Amino acid sequence: MSDFLTVRVWRGDEQGGFQTFEVPRLESQTVLDVVSHIQRQLDPTLAYRFACRVGMCGSCAMTVNGKARWTCRTHVAKVAADGNLELAPLAHLPVVRDLVTDMSAFFDKWARARGQFHPTATRKDPFARIRPDSAQRINADAGIECIGCGVCYASCDVVQWRPDYLGPAALNRAWTLVNDERDGAQAERLRAVAGDAGCHACHTHLSCTERCPKHISPTAGIAGLKRAAMKAALRGDL
Amino acid sequence: MNTRTEVRLWAAQRISAMVLGVCVFVHLITIMVAMRGGLSAAEILERTQGNWAWFVFYVVFVAAVVVHAPIGLRTIIEEWLGWRGTWLDILLVVLAAALGLWGLRAVWAVFA
Ligand code: HEM
Ligand code: SF4
Ligand code: SF4
Ligand code: FES
Repeated sequence: MSDFLTVRVWRGDEQGGFQTFEVPRLESQTVLDVVSHIQRQLDPTLAYRFACRVGMCGSCAMTVNGKARWTCRTHVAKVAADGNLELAPLAHLPVVRDLVTDMSAFFDKWARARGQFHPTATRKDPFARIRPDSAQRINADAGIECIGCGVCYASCDVVQWRPDYLGPAALNRAWTLVNDERDGAQAERLRAVAGDAGCHACHTHLSCTERCPKHISPTAGIAGLKRAAMKAALRGDL
Repeated sequence: MNTRTEVRLWAAQRISAMVLGVCVFVHLITIMVAMRGGLSAAEILERTQGNWAWFVFYVVFVAAVVVHAPIGLRTIIEEWLGWRGTWLDILLVVLAAALGLWGLRAVWAVFA
């Protein structure tokens, strides 16, 4: 382990460039520790985002040596064995400044994909009983732990090629709701996610699945949406 | 084009891809068998001329290509060139017709 890391950090907005910092190398250091060191000790004007530091809030994702990652739980030892780090904002989103992106488009797409739960019961009704071993519950479980970090979205080539594509996270969210028996907006949701800006644009590249820090497979959920939409279209319900 | 039609086209492309998968497999086996002891036009025509089974097989093969290729190209053109709308659909119907005519002409040539 060398004593110092050479860290190239993106500065400015889309027209910016990289600035180099030397950061002391520490045991068990995370990439977020490196960014925090730069902001606290070397340049207080550096803009970046984080909150929980333990992989729950989804706010700290950046491009680390060319790949989108959550930075609070990425160890420097894993990604910068040679002592070089390059940090840039997440891809496919407008850059506000330095390492901060504007994530509105990302979350607007969750809304467009009908990512909201539409209840069918009131508080006066009895609880829905969902068997833990039912196929639908298992499908929903597989996608429910998403923290909204945007790593999948930044890793997906189709998002780059088609800016209107809903993207893996929004579609994964829709898939968990398609499998929610209590939800009353199934037909509208399938209409919202089907078609050439929705699940049918996915080419099963699997980049999202490979990079998702929560080990979710948006690709599997998207394949489920394609099947559900196909059944609905062939029945004439879409 | 409305979402239902889009999804039906998508389904047609996947189903025709399955048909193509089977056809390509049969085609490859035929090539391997036919290549034994050399290949000649006479030998091929002897197998195909007047043979309804091969005729039907190749017509299905051509039909699957007619369905599969234009729908796939439509997706790729939309994605890479950003073209969409009625003109693109007309262009691809013309392409489908051309593929069908070329394919069926070739099938007829080895059957008749
Ligand atoms: C020969 C057997 C063939 C098989 C088994 C086959 C199979 C497939 C499959 C499974 C896909 C889906 C890929 C995806 O999900 O993105 C696909 C897409 C595509 N195929 Fe074929 N194909 C064959 C022949 C052809 C031919 C002859 C063409 C002619 C140009 C063609 C053009 C395309 C195009 C443009 C796409 C992209 C569509 C998309 O991604 O939505 N294919 N093919
Ligand atoms: S599997 Fe689909 S959503 Fe995931 S990265 Fe590939 S194209 Fe994008
Ligand atoms: S699916 Fe995974 S990578 Fe995508 S936003 Fe959710 S947690 Fe992040
Ligand atoms: S800071 Fe919350 S997930 Fe990294």
